[in-house]
Amino acid sequence: MPDMTETRPIISCRNLSRVYRMGDQEVRALDGVDLDIHAGEFVAIMGPSGSGKSSLMNLIGALDRPTSGEMWINGKALSDMSRDELADLRNETLGFVFQQFNLLPRQDAFQNVRLPLRYARKDAGDIDARARECLELVGLGTRMDHRPMQLSGGQQQRVAIARALANRPRILLADEPTGALDTKTTDEIMHLMQDLNRQGITVVVITHESEVAQYASRQIHFRDGRIESDTAHPEFKRASGG
Amino acid sequence: MKVGLATSSAAEALFSNPLRSLLTMLGIIIGVASVMVMMSIGEGAKAQIEAQISSVGANVLTLQPGNMNRGGRNQGGGSGRPFNEADVTAVSELPFVQAATGVLSQQANAVSEDANWVSNIQGGGAGFFEVNNWKVEEGREFSAQEVQGGAAVAVLGKTAAANLFPAGGAVGQRIRVNSVPMEVIGILESKGQSGGGGMGMDRDDTVIAPLSMVRNRITGGNRWVSRHVSRIQLLVQDGYDVLEAQEEVTSMMRERRRIQPGDQDNFAVVNFADMIKQRAAAAETMSMLLAFTAAVSLIVGGVGVMNIMLVSVTERTREIGLRMAIGARGGDILLQFLFEAVVLCTLGGLIGMGIGWIGVFAYAQIAAAPMMVSPIIIATALGAAASVGLIFGFFPARRAAQLDPIQALRHD
Repeated sequence: MPDMTETRPIISCRNLSRVYRMGDQEVRALDGVDLDIHAGEFVAIMGPSGSGKSSLMNLIGALDRPTSGEMWINGKALSDMSRDELADLRNETLGFVFQQFNLLPRQDAFQNVRLPLRYARKDAGDIDARARECLELVGLGTRMDHRPMQLSGGQQQRVAIARALANRPRILLADEPTGALDTKTTDEIMHLMQDLNRQGITVVVITHESEVAQYASRQIHFRDGRIESDTAHPEFKRASGG
Repeated sequence: MKVGLATSSAAEALFSNPLRSLLTMLGIIIGVASVMVMMSIGEGAKAQIEAQISSVGANVLTLQPGNMNRGGRNQGGGSGRPFNEADVTAVSELPFVQAATGVLSQQANAVSEDANWVSNIQGGGAGFFEVNNWKVEEGREFSAQEVQGGAAVAVLGKTAAANLFPAGGAVGQRIRVNSVPMEVIGILESKGQSGGGGMGMDRDDTVIAPLSMVRNRITGGNRWVSRHVSRIQLLVQDGYDVLEAQEEVTSMMRERRRIQPGDQDNFAVVNFADMIKQRAAAAETMSMLLAFTAAVSLIVGGVGVMNIMLVSVTERTREIGLRMAIGARGGDILLQFLFEAVVLCTLGGLIGMGIGWIGVFAYAQIAAAPMMVSPIIIATALGAAASVGLIFGFFPARRAAQLDPIQALRHD
């Protein structure tokens, strides 16, 4: 069972392992990881490539299943869940932001943001109003009918963030969200994430750039599939604004 | 299920690459067009044949003289020694014969006060109208006395009446056929196109008059046979087996014509309804062949659809991964691709129906055959197209639905 400190952690991993088989070689991407993340935290997960940070991201994101160990999201054990239940979890509780944005190229910003709302099983209310609201929140209220090709990289990532927010997730998972952006845009995007975090969304960012990790209040370093260090940063960087 | 979502993404995917979609649809288009033409020809032929059988009568037998060979040259149907009135009487006295008539016919020029018209002049006995199941619409038939007395009276077919008396009011008027004056006493109801004899012959284009009068004054007598008739028609009583009647009439006529056992008949007993049924069977074979073509092209089209859907799934693996990451269930993805295949095929089906329709009308013009495009045909053609989409789209759609989200996302 996860630790019961003051509050129950929103993400909890116990002895989590993920082993990939490459031919007759076994690669231990994650090797017995124990981790708790509490609601409202802004966590940066760092480490060189191959350290296991992306594997952890895939597991937390309910996109992959662990080889062994157990994990809980929002108090629910993922190992008991069917494929459909995992899909619903991704839809309702999690929001994804990717390095390559992953927007549908033939749909405009508005339609892209609407997509998770249309897949929602529970009543999503007024889908169009919610999509508009999310785009306004990321500062793209005037570019709703632009297709991804007509937007800059920073703007595309904002659309992706708006899409991640559509179903009011409790957790925002960002995998190298600024990897394809310049320094100024990076600052803007990270500022936006800090804003969202202040509004109560738990943010987990995967990055190999220490400048990006500066924005987080907690930094976890991975090496060879294990946690190397886990430190709180009460003096995290305040974004200059965007 | 997210039906609205599936349809909109399906339509979007199709119109993003219209040329590829069109080429993929080609097999379906051809298949549906042939389904349509096939069914229309089939239904049209069926309706035509049913109408012909009912107009000829299923239990009417016609006796025709056989072909005569003169100096090794075949003189054609009916050129052999004709029957005569005694034969007609003998036939009509057979127990299973309800009515019989001798017939003499010839093309002749008919003249009214207003018009001039070449028509088929038929001489018949009093049984002519009953045997041919031909009712008088206006006026009356000629009676047995008039037949006997060789009265100069005539009953007109619809077409002949319309051409000789464009203004109407034919009954009671006089016409002259090859200069022989006669009085019009009736007009027959319409029979339409001919079934038994030649294709496309208008049976209503006729003038019917008492047999003896026609022989004496229009066609003239026969050099070898007195009181001849060119054919005998007889109506077999209801409930009596027509094939058996055919055999009995044949054996009686062999005796009357003194044909030695083992020698060939020099006449024929024909059941026109039977011949029409045989022609119907030929039409059936033709439409079976077309149905086979349609099925093959639908299957080929379906394989093409499956192929392009597999390509599409591979091309859009990342998109599928993304959709799964933001909460699409396997069922949502399955439905999306299944819809894409069904929409593709249904669209192809609609285009095929358009082309099929053109084909149907072209055929109707060229072959002068009646065509039928019924709602059932349209439903069948569209249903076939949509089913092909469902069947051949299922495998690619299931493959998409079963993709691993993380592998799909990482795909490039």
